[in-house]
Amino acid sequence: MSVVAKRPKEAYLSVFAYRMAPREEYFVRGHRACQGCGPALGLRHIMKAAGRDTIVVNATGCMEIICSPYPYTSWAVPWLHVAFENAAAVASGVDAAIKALQRKGRIPKKKINILAIAGDGGTADIGIQALSGMLARWHNVTYICYDNEAYMNTGVQGSSSTPFGASTTTTPAGKVSFGAGYWKKNVAAIAAAHDVPYVATACPSYPLDLIRKVRRSFELEGPAYIHLFAVCPTGWGIPPELTVRMGRLAVETGIFPLYEVEYGRYKLTIDFPQGLRPVEDYLRQQRRFRHLPPEVIEQIQERVTAEYERLKKMEKVTQE
Amino acid sequence: MAKRRGIEVSIAIAEAARQADVDVVSAYPITPQTHIVEHLAQLVADGVLDANYITVESEHTAMSACVGASAAGARVFTSTSSQGLALMNEIVYLASSLRTPVVMALANRSLSGPISIWNDHSDVMNERDTGWISIFANNGQEAYDLTLMAFRIGEDRRVMLPVMINFDGFILTHVIEPIYIFDDEEIAGFIPPFEPIYRLDPDNPVTMGPVGVPDVYTEAKKQQEVAIRESRPVIDEVFEEFAQRYGRRYRAVETYRTEDAEVVLLAQGSVIEAAEVAVDHLREQGKKVGAVELRLWRPFPFKDLKEALCGNTIKQVVVLDRCISFGGQAGPVMSEVRSALYHEPKRPMVVGVVAGLGGRDIPLSDYVKMFEIGEECLRTGKEPGEEPELVKIVGLRE
Repeated sequence: MSVVAKRPKEAYLSVFAYRMAPREEYFVRGHRACQGCGPALGLRHIMKAAGRDTIVVNATGCMEIICSPYPYTSWAVPWLHVAFENAAAVASGVDAAIKALQRKGRIPKKKINILAIAGDGGTADIGIQALSGMLARWHNVTYICYDNEAYMNTGVQGSSSTPFGASTTTTPAGKVSFGAGYWKKNVAAIAAAHDVPYVATACPSYPLDLIRKVRRSFELEGPAYIHLFAVCPTGWGIPPELTVRMGRLAVETGIFPLYEVEYGRYKLTIDFPQGLRPVEDYLRQQRRFRHLPPEVIEQIQERVTAEYERLKKMEKVTQE
Repeated sequence: MAKRRGIEVSIAIAEAARQADVDVVSAYPITPQTHIVEHLAQLVADGVLDANYITVESEHTAMSACVGASAAGARVFTSTSSQGLALMNEIVYLASSLRTPVVMALANRSLSGPISIWNDHSDVMNERDTGWISIFANNGQEAYDLTLMAFRIGEDRRVMLPVMINFDGFILTHVIEPIYIFDDEEIAGFIPPFEPIYRLDPDNPVTMGPVGVPDVYTEAKKQQEVAIRESRPVIDEVFEEFAQRYGRRYRAVETYRTEDAEVVLLAQGSVIEAAEVAVDHLREQGKKVGAVELRLWRPFPFKDLKEALCGNTIKQVVVLDRCISFGGQAGPVMSEVRSALYHEPKRPMVVGVVAGLGGRDIPLSDYVKMFEIGEECLRTGKEPGEEPELVKIVGLRE
């Protein structure tokens, strides 16, 4: 293990000052998520931020399966599930309906947050067309992709959001393969390319940062996209008690930088001026990366360093 | 009072949606549906229709947005054809299972491949078992009237199901017909505002679209089956009220000159009017023929069909399918009609023919040929040809 880089106070505050979060729960206990589920933890924070006057549209996937086995529900807000690839499309319809009905005086005029939730498969792969359409049409919807980096609900199959080198059941490491041979698709960048008011990355390991970003997304008029890094102990091969720690390691190594893009201006919301930890600290603790030879880890390190530097440059250029 | 005026059928259908004061239109352009949605988009752009028109990026999203908007309590309209409907297919099932009363104007068109923009019924037949109420119009007036009635039927709290109105692409969509278009005041009372039983409302949160575990899935499907069966009295009620108010009467099964007929041709859509011409032509030659229109496709009108075809002079039914069931029995309409009559003690024989695929015209001579096939069956007691089960296509170039 390398020397732990010093972190700024803000990072500690975001992790430990959780008492500042709202006490109300709208994604409530009793659901059937695995122990240490990162997406479920994220959803809890997201709903604290979104609050009571929210309509949730949920794509098929882990979060939909665990929260709604009829006649049970974990939702204290109106919730709709239709299919796998169309959360953004269904949310577009909800948005259009709320606007039309309020304008025509059929329902009371008040601010209703519309939240679409889908996993990385439902977003980066099968749902990307619907997502792009929703963003392009400028619906008043916040779309959150909880990215656990594979099709976990169906048994850890690789998605285009699976990281380079990860072993999944459809990108398995073998005698002649080191796992996923492609780089993770950058959906936040794709969303940002739509020039929407707000795009952010977030992680449940930084709950106050996440809550602030969800709130900001609803404050701004127009579509928003939040890419939530959501640790999956079951799929990644880590002990469930390490979920929060693994999320922090992903951020501290620069593997998953936390930033936001507001009207085109990039800002790293958690930064490490003293430098990033080596990616090995993150990779070595997970079964899905355990097979990686040093040269592949080196390749990943180079890519992560370059991407992080690029992000810093984007921040510098766009904040000027 | 309604004035009869020359109007393109597509525009008339769009006008019906406007008069229903739809809240959300969600549609993707596809030939031959385009004039309908273009007109609606213009009405919204001109402020004539207070609705949100969603310019979706695919038909899959068109139907997804319809379901979302309907679940949020809006009156929703969409229109599509062919490949568009096939792409929607997944969500077409969800509209009915989520009990969202979306109204769809379906300009019937053939399915690829080879790609064909012209008319047949292969698109709607692909959606036969999706749980939608499905009704056929055979001319522009019917397409307009039925679109209006679709909102009443689907949104009725005893029904709460999506409705598709079928009308033939190009043959109807792109022609100008004399149609009675209601004055707005005249139709206003006919379609009350949509009052959903449940909607996505933060003050009364509900969970819609939960997981149907094996413990409940079968019961959920049974409820859907009961719902569509129980929509039938409501459909009749709406047809009746429409007749009382406006004088045009619609029935689940329509008959033409069947009183003393021995051979009848059964069909759906615009071909029925041409078939009636053929009936008149053959009647002049002294042949006892008639035509039957299966207007209501789902829920299937078993009773009406038996009343029309059984226990009377009819000895032979020729069913005209506008769609092939590959490797099966002619087409879906023939299979359904024949099996619906199976248990009747006194039933006619049923033979199926396929014609009018992908925009192939059906001339009078082909209708005559269809009646001849019926007469041959009647005379010989069996279907013509060495392999009677083979699909009999009329109008095939050989």
